[in-house]
Amino acid sequence: MFDNFPLWPDRASTAAGNVDALFIFLLIVSGLMTALIFTAVVYFSARYRRRRGVPAEQIEGSTPLELTWSFIPLVVFMVIFAWGAVVYFKSRTPPRDSTEVYVVAKQWMWKLEHAEGQREINELHVPVGRDVKLIMTSQDVIHSFFVPAFRMKQDVLPGRYTVAWFRATKPGTYHLFCTQYCGTQHSGMIGSIIVMEPAQYEAWMSGGTTGPLSATGEKIFAELGCVTCHRTDSQGRGPNLQGVFGRPVQLEDGRTVTADENYIRECILDPGAKRVKGFQPIMPTFQGLISEEQLNALVAYVKSLSQPVGAGTKTATAAPQDQDKDTIQAAGSQVNP
Amino acid sequence: MATPSGPQGERENYLNKHYGVGSWLLTTDHKRISLLYLLSITFFFFIGGFFALLIRLELLTPAGDLVQADTYNKLFTMHGQVMVFFFLIPSIPAVLGNFLVPMMIGAKDLAFPRINLLSWYLYVIGGVMMLHCMLTGGVDTGWTFYVPFSTAFSNTKVIEAGLAIFVAGFSSILTGLNFIVTIHRMRAPGMTWSRLPLFIWAHYATSIIQVLGTPVIAITLVLVVAERALHLGIFDPKLGGDPLLFQHLFWFYSHPAVYIMILPSMGVVTEIIACFSRKRIFGYGFVAFSSIAIAVFGFLVWAHHMFVAGISVYAALVFSILSYAVAVPSAVKVFNWTATLYKGSIRYDAPMLYAFGFLGLFTIGGLTGLFLACLGIDMHVHDTYFVIAHFHYIMVGGALMGYLGGMHFWWPKISGKLYPEGWARLAALIVFIGFNLTFFPQFILGYLGMPRRYYQYPPEFQVLNVLSTAGATVLGIGYLLPMIYFLWSMRYGKPAPDNPWNAAGLEWKTQSPPTTFNFEEEPVVTWEAYNYEELDAPQKQEVPVAR
Repeated sequence: MFDNFPLWPDRASTAAGNVDALFIFLLIVSGLMTALIFTAVVYFSARYRRRRGVPAEQIEGSTPLELTWSFIPLVVFMVIFAWGAVVYFKSRTPPRDSTEVYVVAKQWMWKLEHAEGQREINELHVPVGRDVKLIMTSQDVIHSFFVPAFRMKQDVLPGRYTVAWFRATKPGTYHLFCTQYCGTQHSGMIGSIIVMEPAQYEAWMSGGTTGPLSATGEKIFAELGCVTCHRTDSQGRGPNLQGVFGRPVQLEDGRTVTADENYIRECILDPGAKRVKGFQPIMPTFQGLISEEQLNALVAYVKSLSQPVGAGTKTATAAPQDQDKDTIQAAGSQVNP
Repeated sequence: MATPSGPQGERENYLNKHYGVGSWLLTTDHKRISLLYLLSITFFFFIGGFFALLIRLELLTPAGDLVQADTYNKLFTMHGQVMVFFFLIPSIPAVLGNFLVPMMIGAKDLAFPRINLLSWYLYVIGGVMMLHCMLTGGVDTGWTFYVPFSTAFSNTKVIEAGLAIFVAGFSSILTGLNFIVTIHRMRAPGMTWSRLPLFIWAHYATSIIQVLGTPVIAITLVLVVAERALHLGIFDPKLGGDPLLFQHLFWFYSHPAVYIMILPSMGVVTEIIACFSRKRIFGYGFVAFSSIAIAVFGFLVWAHHMFVAGISVYAALVFSILSYAVAVPSAVKVFNWTATLYKGSIRYDAPMLYAFGFLGLFTIGGLTGLFLACLGIDMHVHDTYFVIAHFHYIMVGGALMGYLGGMHFWWPKISGKLYPEGWARLAALIVFIGFNLTFFPQFILGYLGMPRRYYQYPPEFQVLNVLSTAGATVLGIGYLLPMIYFLWSMRYGKPAPDNPWNAAGLEWKTQSPPTTFNFEEEPVVTWEAYNYEELDAPQKQEVPVAR
């Protein structure tokens, strides 16, 4: 009977249980506090209602009591804080070896691209039991990627990547909502997360494959002429990108940054901002020249240069896509301008 | 001065001393300016309420069917802007504070009476600009003006709305400035800091926030306008700006702004509870100090609105722990109010019913704040109806309940008339029930995952939305009632005695309504605040003014 009147959301990710446990703990704590205060107020109001000839008894206050009811809540609050911080930390730290999905949000749709090359709109198919990392950016305003059943939410900003991850635990179809107000069709910017059993998922993945995203990126890398400077030896005018991703990079201005997705992105769009030590500022900007999808493909390609040979993406075994170079070529030409 | 001038003993007072439009529009009497504010904020309250009604009607069904999506977006935007900037922020300080701050400390007026009038004019100019903005198309950015939507994508009247709020902000700054100087410089002899009513402490804390915080929102809105009009790259990443910078600046004011709304309400409730339980407030010093603590800590928690916005995990940790720190002084206040009731002599007149309502709703609002400050839970409930429910419990359940309680408590002093007690108690009850019916279901909706600012929603959320809309209807009636009987009492109400509640506080030691300069002669204070023991002692003298 609760189909049309649910009182608790679906619990379909590893995070959901953690968040729910914490939420129930808070419900109990705040329920007790409410009961305590309400009981006292109601009891005092009834017990000490005005009677003729019974004056109020003046009480100055009590420092020990004040300190007690400051200190005890503070301790309770710190417990809540610490527990909340642990749950948050877990949800903010994607495990290594997660399957990666690139998300591009725009008014008013979600464009999702699996590292293996599958593209979806307003739908995301994922298998049960695998860590999925979302690398998200927006083409226009701020959006927010929210899956209530996963207890997971992350704003999606223009001009940079934000990251979220989840591991689904229960097959089914779940809501995907945009929760950052983004204009006219904000409430229409919804979609579905379709969680499948691994076998089903493999079947879905093998249909309509277009080749891995990194291969698309490699093609763009060649088309844009990046290869002429970013050579695979040490003679290039730009840094050799082999093995760069995930490592610290020495900058010209003395700082050191870690080469993460946002750094690669920034180097493509604003090459002068964080220039690598020892290189001339000769790289042109690609701001406005390439789409978010092309950018994602380039980032995926640069990342693939840092993966040990043969490791590839975890699902590489699932599809026969590696063999067929023609498919990859086709995928490259399909990239939206 | 206070000589009978009419046949019915209609004494000269601030209301009948002068007549005519000019005597109101050019007045520097804080009490008349307070009434000017009362009229103007009531006007905006009903506009904001009308938007709320339309929002609730649209949400009665999952499909978007009553208004267009764009219209809906404008409705919730302008509901927020009107209610926050043109009703809640000025509500208690500019109406009750304006009327009572000088009277409670034994002063003739505020320190800068003409600046006080200027602040009302700025409010009106801002209000007219806002009305003009609404009538010429309105704005659809959400009251939060998030960039780059507001600077580069919305094609509505963002600049007009921003400037209207910019102007109204100065009204708030000037009021705060006036209160600070007044409280420092204008206290009657003997009115030491430790004898101040806690209402004054609350307004002092509020004024600090108004003076220090409001300039930040003002300059932030100017930057939004500049980016939108001149394409300066401040916030828009396409122009080299940072959208999170806007959120930091916006919440640096807009979180403390919540305390601008709730602190004065806490002050009101403190006065009411003391009076209707005939007691001094339990732990005066702690209650006074907690107001200041809230004002100070309130400035250090803004980024708890941004836990999922893309700030670093470590920043989130810091802002979460600080948010819990600000919860402690709020809890202390609740405990002290409760303890004040202990061994009191309690009556349930209408103001006290509102104070009880405040206690209940503020407790729930405050405790649900613990959920939102909790990082692990905020990831799920941020930007859902859970947040909507939480802040309405604080800003409507808390601030507005306190405002209504205060209006009832001081109405006899303000108008010189008594309102019908039975109706007032009924209205308090209706508001309390209607409020809970409207907003409690939204907590559940939020945990289920219904996002805020949704024009249409999945069908499984309908039952709770219907409950909420039903509650809003009840609530609307609850708000209309006081307006009707207050107006009625102006003409037909019984004349109020000078001190109908036998309350402590200098404002009750002068006539109702007061004369233009409040007191016949400057009072000399020799007693503590809340000297109910002396007031209730078997009377040896006629008037227990002083020892």
